[in-house]
Amino acid sequence: MAQHVAQPTATTPALPATLPLKAIAPWAVFFGILMLVLLYFVGAEQGATAVVSGTGVHEWVHDARHLLGFPCH
Amino acid sequence: MNSATVRNLLVRGMLAGLGAGVLALIAAYFLGEPNVDRAIGFEDAHAHEHEVELVSRSLQSTAGLATGVLLYGVAFGGIAALAYCVALGRVGRFTPRATALLLSGCALLAVYVVPFLKYPANPPAVGDADTIGKRTTLYFLMMVLSVLLAIAATILGRRLAPKLGTWYATVAAVAAFAVVIGLAYAFLPVVNEVPAHFPATVLWRFRLSALAMQVILWGGFGLLFGELAERMLNPRPTKAEEDRAMAAAPN
Repeated sequence: MAQHVAQPTATTPALPATLPLKAIAPWAVFFGILMLVLLYFVGAEQGATAVVSGTGVHEWVHDARHLLGFPCH
Repeated sequence: MNSATVRNLLVRGMLAGLGAGVLALIAAYFLGEPNVDRAIGFEDAHAHEHEVELVSRSLQSTAGLATGVLLYGVAFGGIAALAYCVALGRVGRFTPRATALLLSGCALLAVYVVPFLKYPANPPAVGDADTIGKRTTLYFLMMVLSVLLAIAATILGRRLAPKLGTWYATVAAVAAFAVVIGLAYAFLPVVNEVPAHFPATVLWRFRLSALAMQVILWGGFGLLFGELAERMLNPRPTKAEEDRAMAAAPN
């Protein structure tokens, strides 16, 4: 009887435990914002709005912007 | 321990995003670029004034394209990994690998396909330069709306599950998502700035190649990240551990 402990096998894979939201929050805030800034530079900088002057960023990622579906010009 | 798990998943998500970005870049170069060139050919043939080239076409279609697509892959890989940390064990009885592919499929729909159906990708020469502000706002609005509604639908599905059962709760949540997105499609302004005589086949193929890139990006991400997450969260027993388990088994 005592040997029948539930062991993860090929037919019954181990299901993951949840990660507490408190542990995720600091990473989500810091890296989430960092990733969104990256996306802004790829997708929208020097289009409708500009942080850096000129059109260098826009021209450099021009093809990627069109093909990734962002409005370009 | 938990914080370290989040960090490790985040790093793996960004790496998987980079890998998926490489796959999407290959698709972009071979499927997308020929259509970008055809569209620029149309633009040049119809333009009255020619702008000075700041970045040459050969750089735009190689290094520039790679910069954009790879950064996009890494950035969405990181965001998806953070979403994965929340989704893990909370969206149903799925293994880490299956959760990754499920999340990736939902992200493809919410981040790209839903906004694309209202405001599809446009090649060069399509789009009036004077409306870039409006089009950018509408596109990002549609993307944010779609992602927030997808999250809301997931929470709704989870709330309904104890009452309706998983199947009907999922159907109800997806239906609610579709209805609200349908309303957004109906009420947000239409953008149609395709110039007269722009070749329809170039537009169609450009949009198909843009869609193919995203399918490859998110499909690749789901499989790569799922593999990395599975190995991290459910490590396979080493040979020594397997032998010990065999020796300890009663038969």
